[in-house]
Amino acid sequence: MSSSACPSPTATPATSLHFELRCRECGKRTANAPRSFCEECFSPLEVVYDLDRVRRTFTPEQIAERPTNMWRYSELLPVPEGYKSTLPTGFTPLVSARKLGVKLGLNHLYVKNDAVCFPTLSFKDRVVSTAIATAKRFGLETIGCSSTGNLANAVAAQAAREGLKAWVFIPEDLESAKILGTRVYGANVVKIRGNYDQVNRLCSQIAEKLPWGFVNVNLRPYYAEGSKTVGYEIAEQLGWRLPDNVIVPMAGGSLIGKIQKAFAELCVLGVVEPKQVKFFGAQATGCSPISAAVKDGRETIQPQKPSTIVRSLAIGNPADGYYAIRGIRDSGGWAEDVSDAETIAGIRLLAETEGIFTETAGGVTTAVTRKLVEQGKIRSDETTVVCITGNGLKTLDALAGEEFDDVVIEPKLAAFEACLEEAAVELV
Amino acid sequence: MKVTVEIPSALRRFTDGAGRIECEGANLPGLLESLGTKHPAITQHLRDESGQVRRFINIYVNDEDVRFLGGDAYQFRDGDQVLIVPSIAGG
Repeated sequence: MSSSACPSPTATPATSLHFELRCRECGKRTANAPRSFCEECFSPLEVVYDLDRVRRTFTPEQIAERPTNMWRYSELLPVPEGYKSTLPTGFTPLVSARKLGVKLGLNHLYVKNDAVCFPTLSFKDRVVSTAIATAKRFGLETIGCSSTGNLANAVAAQAAREGLKAWVFIPEDLESAKILGTRVYGANVVKIRGNYDQVNRLCSQIAEKLPWGFVNVNLRPYYAEGSKTVGYEIAEQLGWRLPDNVIVPMAGGSLIGKIQKAFAELCVLGVVEPKQVKFFGAQATGCSPISAAVKDGRETIQPQKPSTIVRSLAIGNPADGYYAIRGIRDSGGWAEDVSDAETIAGIRLLAETEGIFTETAGGVTTAVTRKLVEQGKIRSDETTVVCITGNGLKTLDALAGEEFDDVVIEPKLAAFEACLEEAAVELV
Repeated sequence: MKVTVEIPSALRRFTDGAGRIECEGANLPGLLESLGTKHPAITQHLRDESGQVRRFINIYVNDEDVRFLGGDAYQFRDGDQVLIVPSIAGG
């Protein structure tokens, strides 16, 4: 059995809740609190669950009766039993992508389409839903984040709905749609003269001084658990089966590990048949610290200064880079990166074949999938899922230089007929 | 070289509560040695068994990640400001 698919069951938490924090390296347990790292060895904390307690109610039959959103898996999210969210986030379509599959030479290709996630059209809605539930449980009244854009949107929107104050920190050169799509919710937006990694460092310092819940700093262990719902949904939407391959965009490197964790939990609970699932990571060449490490055979991240149009993946010093490298290798997968031009081509390919308009990160994932097929790393008869994590309407700037064959004519039938003649279109 | 090291809250229990500590050192290993001499209990939390800075700790010199400056080879200058930050954030 693959270590990536089915690790040992997690230990039983010693609290009245069915989850608690545990250090990923030294294993030391920590009571639930707004903290992200082990105070002994500074390694990351993660949420572990009492899976024996979860097992009683987490069955395909019971889940099928629940609302179609990410909270149908709430036993495996860090919320108290019986938690009710009023926000129907998640359960996005798993689209059978036959036309894209033909183009790429894949017979069983699916797109997990978080470009239509509710409420702000990216997978970050999932993690923020989880973080906000946690912030409220801890009695925090102000939440914040460092963001490359999508997270900013999600934090601002959900904070507005929940009546929390929001402070969002972003690099000053983010796409205008992502900035506007944050301000509109009334959040405090702070633009930083620097790249994301500098924004992130500043937020770590602020989180030490203020009693705020930074979703991806001191609430990060809980926040990141929301990403697992992508994995539960893929399995359920495939009929409670695991795919052969999953291709995941990588920024901080967390998503890939959380989908793996989701699959592993489903295996341990007996909800799916265990199998080897290969995980493939996708990055932009202009910011590719994780894919470079995988390709070089390194275990450590060498940080990079991002230079790419793919701003949502532009994290040069990824917090979960080490775990992403390990998860990819252990699964038998690989990582690749693509140029900005290939990214644009990927956006257009997905739009023209499947009618899905993704942001630049999705262009990366699509283009990397093409590359992996060309390299023979993904076979045509395997079931492959491509994770599309954001919406193209947020990164229109990236397509500004593209040429499309628009025509402008007078409002006359003759003008349109001339137009058709010029385009050599046959009328049926 | 005299260098100021800012200690994150989580480690101040090993520095008698001090948040800023004046240390000396020509390079990063020397600086950590100096810090460890002043506050021995902090060493095991900053360095692993092989003496390397722990994987999930980032060290900045004058706001720049020390890895961009050459890592252990970087030669400190008088007045440099060093910041120790847990790396588990972001994304």
